[in-house]
Amino acid sequence: MKFYIALLVMGLLTQNFVLAKFLGICPFLGVSKKLGTAVGMSSAVVVVMLISTAATYPINNFLQSHDLGYLQTIVCILVIAALVQMVEIILKKFMPPLYNALGIYLPLITTNCAVLGVVLLNFDNGYTFGQSMINSLGGGLGFMLAMVLFAGVRQKMETCDIPESLKGLPITLIAASLVSLSFVGFTGIVEGMGLM
Amino acid sequence: MNPILLAVLTVGGIGLVAGLLLAVFSIVMAVPKDEKAEEITECLPGANCGSCGYSGCAGYASALSKGETTNTALCNPGGAAVSKKIAEIMGLEAGEIKPMAAVVLCQGYNDNAVKKMNYIGVDSCRMAQQLYGGEKECIFGCLGLGDCVKVCPFDAIHICDGIARINPLACRACKKCVNTCPKKLIELLPLHETKAAVLCKNHDKGVIARKECKSACIGCMKCVKTCEAGAVTVDKFAAHVDYDKCTGCGKCHEACPVKCIDLIKLFS
Repeated sequence: MKFYIALLVMGLLTQNFVLAKFLGICPFLGVSKKLGTAVGMSSAVVVVMLISTAATYPINNFLQSHDLGYLQTIVCILVIAALVQMVEIILKKFMPPLYNALGIYLPLITTNCAVLGVVLLNFDNGYTFGQSMINSLGGGLGFMLAMVLFAGVRQKMETCDIPESLKGLPITLIAASLVSLSFVGFTGIVEGMGLM
Repeated sequence: MNPILLAVLTVGGIGLVAGLLLAVFSIVMAVPKDEKAEEITECLPGANCGSCGYSGCAGYASALSKGETTNTALCNPGGAAVSKKIAEIMGLEAGEIKPMAAVVLCQGYNDNAVKKMNYIGVDSCRMAQQLYGGEKECIFGCLGLGDCVKVCPFDAIHICDGIARINPLACRACKKCVNTCPKKLIELLPLHETKAAVLCKNHDKGVIARKECKSACIGCMKCVKTCEAGAVTVDKFAAHVDYDKCTGCGKCHEACPVKCIDLIKLFS
């Protein structure tokens, strides 16, 4: 039980995918302009992470038992791409406003390396099915936390007087680095709580 | 089994299963498409400016195809050409659109307008407006902080010498700036026609207005007296031209002692 909590805390804070591992930067910078779309995007990512972990776990077992471990990456990309397409079709049918708001960033979840990252890290660390799912959930929620925090920061920046040369992406990247710096403060929290 | 063959079969098999699943999914979850609406969306400008009163171009297209509106002339940026195309697709009669462009009715350039303070707050007209009406003595003039520049989807507005200026070549009359300006200084004027326009909205008494800005309207009534078409009126010490009545003769411009009435002919 302790290990599960440790996995969650790690995914959320210390090993945050966006702010500590620097995975999934594209949607992090692209969709964080408004709080609403940020929440929508990260919920889609959480769902995709969970189902792709569930789908790839048995496939990985099959690959390992047949000595085909080197196919991990390409097979995972294939499965994730198909799953993202499925999520897109479902969203288009049942949530057209969210579908329109996400626009190009929805199919881009396919290339969101946070999704591929969480799946491959699960394999590398040799997690069981339950542990993999919890790790994906933690990673997804961590992604959501980073997106929501950063959307708040960016909404504040809207009204700021920013020097001409820093307008747009440069100031966004600087703000992102400051937010990620704040997450360094969580280092050691898992060990400190006696969870590992 | 041959390891290479097994690898090929595994990846191929997974690809095939995923492909089949997606094919089934897209048939089961298919969203009925509105072909006419899509066709109309294609020929709309796609700026999503909202001047038609619907939520973006797609909203207007679906309203047209569902028959919620039969007015094909709501898209100002598209103009007469788009109105005609929509009419063809829907089999309706094309509505007429008079080509217009927006103009900022203020001449409070840095040299003309007197400042009462140095504003270093948030870079927004709406915020400056709340602080004693902005940094200029004249509380009716352009603040030059560019709220209109930010909302313009066509990059037609720029701040020059302290006030906003609109490029009629780029302006598509979507009215976003008209609705944004906290001073209500922006008006639409017809294109390709010579019209007189009062480039000032100062409602202070002449004596005061004169101290606030060199080119302020002082409400002297000279333009009203010279206008033969009866197009100029003065309300609360500021003249205004009725563009429908104005013939563009230019007599008011000649009579105006502060030259705040100008003859404008916009080209696109």
